[in-house]
Parts: sequence; structure tokens; C-alpha cells
Amino acid sequence: MMSDQKMNGSEIIIKALINEGVDTVFGYPGGAVLPIYDAIFQQNQLRHVLVRQEGGAVHMAEGYARSTGNVGVVLVTSGPGATNAVTGLTDALMDSIPIVCLTGQVPTHLIGNDAFQEADTTGITRPCTKHNYLVKDMADLPRVMHEAFYVARSGRPGPVVIDLPKDILMGEGTYEDFSSVEHRTYQPRFKAAKTEIDRAVSMIAASKKPVFYCGGGVINAGPKASKSLRRLVKLTGAPITQTLMGLGAYPGSDRQFLGMLGMHGTYEANLAMHDADLIVAVGARFDDRITGRLADFAPNSQKIHIDIDPSSINKNVAVDLPIVGDVGAVLDQMLRAWKAKNLKTNQKALKAWWAEINEWRKKDCLKYKQAGDIIKPQFAIERLYEHTKDLDCYITTEVGQHQMWAAQFYKFEEPNRWMTSGGLGTMGYGLPAAIGVQVAHPNSLVVDISGEASFLMNMQEMSTAVQYRAPVKVFVTNNQYMGMVRQWQELLHGGRYAESYTDALPDLVKLAEACHWVGLRATKPDEVDDVIKEMIAVDKPVIADVWVDQTENCFPMIPSGAAHNEMLLGPEDEAEKPISEEGMVLV
Amino acid sequence: MGLDNTIERHTIAVLVDNEAGVLARVIGLFSGRGYNIESLTVAETDPDAAISRITIVTTGTPMIIEQIKAQLDRLVPVHRVVDLTIEGASVERELALVKVAGKGNKRVEALRIADIFRARAIDSTNESFVFEISGSTEKLDAFIDLMEPLGLVDVSRTGVVAIARGKSAL
Repeated sequence: MMSDQKMNGSEIIIKALINEGVDTVFGYPGGAVLPIYDAIFQQNQLRHVLVRQEGGAVHMAEGYARSTGNVGVVLVTSGPGATNAVTGLTDALMDSIPIVCLTGQVPTHLIGNDAFQEADTTGITRPCTKHNYLVKDMADLPRVMHEAFYVARSGRPGPVVIDLPKDILMGEGTYEDFSSVEHRTYQPRFKAAKTEIDRAVSMIAASKKPVFYCGGGVINAGPKASKSLRRLVKLTGAPITQTLMGLGAYPGSDRQFLGMLGMHGTYEANLAMHDADLIVAVGARFDDRITGRLADFAPNSQKIHIDIDPSSINKNVAVDLPIVGDVGAVLDQMLRAWKAKNLKTNQKALKAWWAEINEWRKKDCLKYKQAGDIIKPQFAIERLYEHTKDLDCYITTEVGQHQMWAAQFYKFEEPNRWMTSGGLGTMGYGLPAAIGVQVAHPNSLVVDISGEASFLMNMQEMSTAVQYRAPVKVFVTNNQYMGMVRQWQELLHGGRYAESYTDALPDLVKLAEACHWVGLRATKPDEVDDVIKEMIAVDKPVIADVWVDQTENCFPMIPSGAAHNEMLLGPEDEAEKPISEEGMVLV
Repeated sequence: MGLDNTIERHTIAVLVDNEAGVLARVIGLFSGRGYNIESLTVAETDPDAAISRITIVTTGTPMIIEQIKAQLDRLVPVHRVVDLTIEGASVERELALVKVAGKGNKRVEALRIADIFRARAIDSTNESFVFEISGSTEKLDAFIDLMEPLGLVDVSRTGVVAIARGKSAL
């Protein structure tokens, strides 16, 4: 509806945000966006969370978005405000997180003049956003605001930047609600064709060694998609594995779940992928962490690939049946077709398949030995899981070994409970993401499973947590190394640990106290339980500094350039299976 | 399809909103993902609807070509992506302006060859011609090769434009 009431650009922006259902904005003020801050000051519907660096704002919005299913909103100033946001935007693009990021810009007449705090924000963010806008005409502002939300959340979600020159923020205009206007070009396909569905279900029914391989697309399709996935997996009786981004779509403790697949996935999940005769890929994108050496990836399988983004299909791996559509909608179509045709999987073949899988399971590939006085990081994370699994709990991580151990040992029963930087692998993601989650879920327990090196990357946000009474828990598996870097140097570079040791670490307990947090420490295995219990009990943000084995490596591991059936199961395997020259050049 | 590593040349027509930055999006997609551009032309073709038509000639394996089309299609201001190489018959044309400088016999020979290629002299001085020639990329290549020994000094080419045969529109 068009209103004749004149407003300034900033008021139009606030009005559009409210009409899009936004309740929280993560941001940091600066010269170019002061008019928006002035408008925020004069209203009560939108809450603003003041971050300590703009990079933190985007990760908070990611945590907020991923845990609620809503679009996360960021507000930063021009120039350095926008460039600081770039890592977070790239992170959101890689992991398909819906974000709308408002960036200030110098007034239109100064654009291109190298003005103070000017940056070519749309130029810089073009490759790291799903789409971006520079608003140069007041009349475009309401449409662009609503279109940005539509683009961010539709199809494969992603970050959208709106660059807002200061004269637009202060200029006069009228607001019109474009939230239900149909977009003239961007119309992602939602449902699949009946022929595709029919073929998919008959391929599943005919398969002897099927496996579901599911990713973050299931989470992005909403909780209902997870429910449909569970029903379909149960109906077929097939095994299922999930990517790092997909954890929680299917219950982690269910028997049909083989654990995560890929570089640090389980033995049974990777061998099931390797030996399968049918892979049903749902909202996953066959990235290099998953496939290993492409030439030997699942060599005897047919593949069905369900994805809302046509460019994800046949990108790395050629598939037999591509289905473009919303994962939830397509799974529902498949469920209906499966029931209508009264299909059944080949029970005899499936039994034999499960027998094979159960043999692999006996390897107990995640086993580790907690003995002596040194805490094993796996033990710490397993204890954390035991103490929090029955609570209303959200987990975020940083990036590295601890992230993989968290993925291996923490069993997620529900979607939207697990926030991690999968595609970009952004160290420093976990703390701000946890704050974003906590802001959205003030009464839940939010734990950032962290490493000390990652934590240091965005620890300025500790101050944000205090200001907004976000009692997040940072569970640091502290080995004084960039553990994953150290592991690769051990496996690939002859144990020459170049720059991976973090000397001169702060005392994390004292750091916590200095920042008005609570600091706890465990240095021996028998202290771990007490520290976790106290961490949960304290109604304040906490750093739990858990000193873990400095030399522990993360296994299983498919070395770069190797195939699924060439994985290393433990330290004994390292010597026997040296990493190839070709593998070394990969990341 | 995954094993087919033959490099193919495709002409792709893309209809886009004629808005700021749209060409940068298309070009950035190609450079960012390492795809080839052999030629690219762009101009507004429907001023009322503010729609431009981009014609891209690119090369790649069948899997890469499919990726290019899928990636183009998901750009927000893109209306349509059509692979003219595989979707029925199409005609392609390119235009070149070719400057040849010289005297005497070489000058006469240049005019003679221009005549054979149906190139037109659109500028002439005592010591030079500018020829306008249109046709397929191969025809233009051949003409320019022949001009080389006759005093070729400068070439400006438009890149390929293409359109489907028959009565239907994109």
C-alpha cells in the first residue's frame, strides 16, 4: 500500500525492516549511517545489537538466521565498515545463509571521488553476495528493501547487500510495501515434475545398496523438510549420512544414521558412499571435502541429486537424475509417490547391505583412549555432549580440529541447533555466531565449541555478550596450537611446525574475569565434568579453558587427493599410507 | 557426461535487465570461476522494458558449458539464458573495421580482395583504406590474414552477435 506520508530514507528503511518481520539488527555506527541510527533511536520496535567489529555483526546475524530460519540483518557504515563485513558475507554465501546487510555509502555526488570512508562496496561485494544493490534514486528505496529480503531467503538463500548513500538516508520520499510483489526475473523452481519424482522413487525401490547423502539444503528448507526426510528414510530403511552443514536434519542417535561423511567422516559413512549402488543426494553439493578424489568417488553408483540451485547439479559430479526444487517440497512429492505406488525396497538386498555396514561399524572408527593425566579433546567434547544433550542447547563452533570432533561426537537430534562455518572455514565464527543465537533464544543454552586460536580471532565480541546479557559459553579445547594446521604439517610437511604454535597466549581465565565473564579451567580429566557443570549452571558468559592433548590428531581422515576407501583411521595408518604428491597441492 | 573432456565452442544469448552493474556481474562470474570468454557483445535491445541482450561466445567441456548456463541463469537480473549452439539452428555475424595502409600494387590488391569478401571501403586516403566487413568469425579471420601482408595497421571487431533462425523469439 502506498502512503502519502513523507518520510526520510532512514525511516523508510526502518519501516521496511519492520514490515519484513525483523526484530533485531546487528551493527556498528559510523558517519555514513548516522541517519539510520537516528531513526533507530526514535523507535521501539527494532532492537539494535552493538557489535565490537563489523565482522562480528555478520557472524551474529548468521547465528541468528541459522537458528531461527529468519533473515539475519546487519547494519554497517561505509568504507571500513563494509570491508570488515566481507568475510562474513562470503561465509554466508558459501553456507547459504540468508542475510541482508545494509552498508552506508558516501553521498551520491561524492561517489567515485575517493571521499573519506568511501569504498566501492557493490564492486567489492559482488562476488561474495547473492545479489547487491546501490540505491541512487529515492524512488527505488522501498522496492529494493523488500526485494533484498525476497532474494536473500528465496531459492538457495544467501547474503544481499544494500549500499545506501547518505543523501538517500536523509532525503525525503514515500514508503510503499513491496513485500508481496512478484519479482520479475528471480523465480526459483519449487516443485519437481511428476516424471522426475516417479523415476526417483523407482530408482530407490530398485536399488540394492542405497544411501541418503544430505546437506545443509535440508536445514535451509525448514524443519518440515527434516521431518519429511526422516519419514522417507524410515520408509525405505536405507542408511543415511550427512555433511557438516546437514547435521541435525536427521537424528544423530538414530541407528540408520552412519555419522558424517567426508574428509573427517566416519569409516562406515565413507565406505557406504564408496560401495553404494544408489546415492540420493538431498540439498548437498558434492564439494571436495565430501568426494575426495573425484575419479574414484562412488564408482559403482547411480546418483539422484535434489537441489534448489541448478548450478549445484553436475558441477563436480555428474548425476543420473537431477531434480531441481525445494528439498522439502520434493521430499513430500517423493513420499506421496512412494505410498501411492505402494513401493518397497528390496528387503533381502537391504539386509545384506546393512550387514556389510555393520561390519564397518565394528571398526569403531572414532575410538580414542582417555588414559593418564592429559585430557583428550574427544573426551572433553563427549562429556560436553553428555551434560547438554537433554538440555535446550545450541552449539556453534570455530574452525579446525575441535570443529571436526564436535561434528563427530556431538549428536544433533534436531535441525537449526548446529551453527558452523562449513564452506569458507572462517576461524572466529563461533563466538559471534553464539551471541547471535543467544540473542534469538535468550533462555536456551548456547555453547561455542572452540579452539584457543580461533577464539582469539573475534574475542572482542566478549564485550557484546556482556552488554546484551547473552550468557554464551565458550568451551575452549586449548592445545596451544592451530591444531588442524599442526596436523597437516605433521602429515604433509615432515613435522616442521611452522608458525602453528601459539606462543604468548593470554590466561583465558583472567581474560574472562577482565571482560566480566566467568573463567573456568580444567587441566586433568577428572576436572572436566565439574567445569562443564559449573559452566552450565552460571548465569553469565563463561570461558571454560580445557587444556587438552597438544599432539592429538583428528581421525578418521581422507587425505587430500585420496579416495573414500583410502582413509587413515589413526596414527598407525599414517606411516603405511603416505600422502601423494597430487594430494599435497590440494587444500 | 563427466568423462567427456572435449572442448566445445558455444554461443549463448542472455537477456538481462539493463541496470547498473549487470555486465560486471556477468564478466565477474566468468573471471571468478575461470571460464573463457571468446567474445562478448552487449546492447539494449528493448528500451521500453529496459532489457539488454548479451551474446557470449565461450569454450569448455560439456559439464563446464552446463555450469556456465546454470550460473548465468541464477544471477538475479537475468531473464533468460539460451544456448544458441544447441537449441536449433542459428545465424552468427560479426563486424570488423580493418585499416590497411600502403601504396601501389598492394593498395590495388587490398581493394581486389575486399571486393571478393564483399567488404566496403568506408574511409580512404591516398595511403589507406578502412574496410567494413561482416560475416562469420572465420570469414573475418581469413580477410584479416589476407590483409596482413598488404599493410594491415589496425583492426576493430564487434564480437559475435547471434540469433535463432525461424519465426520464434528468444
